[in-house]
Amino acid sequence: MTAPAVRVLRVGERALLVELSGGEEAEAFHAELLRRRADGTLPAVREIVPAARTVLLDGVADPERLAAEIAGWEPGPPHARVGEAVGIPVRYDGPDLPGVAARWGVSVEAAVRIHTAAEFRVAFCGFAPGFGYLTGLDARYEVPRRATPRTAVPAGSVALAGPYTGVYPRSSPGGWQLIGTTDAVLWDTGREPAALLSPGTRVRFTDADLPGRGRPVPDSGAEGGR
Amino acid sequence: MSDRAVAVVRAGALTTVQDLGRGGYAHLGVPRSGALDPAAVRLVNRLVGNPGTAAVLETTVDGCALRPRCAVTVAVGGAPCPVRVDGRPAAWGASVRVGAGSVLDIGAAVRGLRAYVAFGGGIDVEPVLGSRSTDLLSGLGPAPLVSEAVLPLGPVPAGPPPVDVPPWPGPPDALVLRVRFGPRDDWFTGAALRTFATRAYRVSPASNRIGLRLEGPALERAVPGELASEGMVLGAVQVPPDGRPLVFLADHPTTGGYPVIGVVRESDLGTVAQAVPGTPVRFTPVR
Repeated sequence: MTAPAVRVLRVGERALLVELSGGEEAEAFHAELLRRRADGTLPAVREIVPAARTVLLDGVADPERLAAEIAGWEPGPPHARVGEAVGIPVRYDGPDLPGVAARWGVSVEAAVRIHTAAEFRVAFCGFAPGFGYLTGLDARYEVPRRATPRTAVPAGSVALAGPYTGVYPRSSPGGWQLIGTTDAVLWDTGREPAALLSPGTRVRFTDADLPGRGRPVPDSGAEGGR
Repeated sequence: MSDRAVAVVRAGALTTVQDLGRGGYAHLGVPRSGALDPAAVRLVNRLVGNPGTAAVLETTVDGCALRPRCAVTVAVGGAPCPVRVDGRPAAWGASVRVGAGSVLDIGAAVRGLRAYVAFGGGIDVEPVLGSRSTDLLSGLGPAPLVSEAVLPLGPVPAGPPPVDVPPWPGPPDALVLRVRFGPRDDWFTGAALRTFATRAYRVSPASNRIGLRLEGPALERAVPGELASEGMVLGAVQVPPDGRPLVFLADHPTTGGYPVIGVVRESDLGTVAQAVPGTPVRFTPVR
């Protein structure tokens, strides 16, 4: 088996951008970094920021040396499936859901079943505190962003774009296709941890309108539909 | 009586609470935030006997006015500006004692943009994720000051202020920013790299705490198409589709999808905080 292509790019004086061949490879590399940090074998870094197919290491004392080390790493094992999946109950009532179902060539009900059957994982966060880019849908279900972004997407909106599902932690402009809403609180700085979702978290969406499936996730302060 | 707090008399155009920022949460999409001119924050804190990490006020252009409810030592630094206590001139860049109920007025910047106001004990608002900074991109931390708001102060620091006359770098007439190319300099034409390294830009009035926007020659890309979102650092020079470079400052987004042609040295970014619109800017490549 050949090692995945890894390119290590210098970013200013104190950071490295590690570029992998794809999203899964980036997630595996990110998991490897976290393992090494937990083991105490990674030099001190201030930030480890995974993204679509890169991982940024910022606040590195000796980037040159770490870059050389990384080039010699064995490819890490696939993402370890540890911990319970976070359940996010969704009312599948988004204005773009019929269009998404039509694009998939299925009924709205079938689209909901497809979305609730998949197991997702937070590939990376960004855009706003607590906003995760979740992968898990089959590649044939990719959808484009809306041609015209909405100026205000309500907090709790569950939305699709490209290969990702995301949940808006607070009201903001957005161009993703809205398929539903949740009362789960994605971000609460009064809570530890503040973010419901962080890179690597496993996620399942449940249909809140199905009997017995609408229970809020623990700890989410379900009444606070911010 | 001791009510350790200050009331806002005049909030100014944009006055925020800032410390040295909120590190370690970029993977959750949380910007680092913090003062744009951290050296100025350290100095004003030293002048009032605070640790460098204490929270101060960052003003923009026209200062602010405050009424302490207790006698307090203050220091104003960063952008040079008139300082008055109950209408009487007081020292800039030095410790000033302000009595309970007196009005401390920080006037408009004579040069530069952002003044920093330290109070003995620091601004003691509740920290969010380890920092008291206002983050204008994601709305974390205290809201920008509004008139009649009341800000709590921390306990009086022990011991006398450790400096009398600190060195103040003046606000810049021109910015010379040392920049290291990459990580995406290969997305640009050779001509664009030469333009970036040799031509003059000017600070755009659209600049803010998120980024220094620049007016000047557009940088042409060699690689068309979209870059997948990737992590962004402080000082990253991102080039959006219009070709005008933009330098990321403290409240920058943690990820971005436009290629970064180079990264400005962190130690050069303090002068950026004080550069008024129209200031000439040159980028100097360094290894």
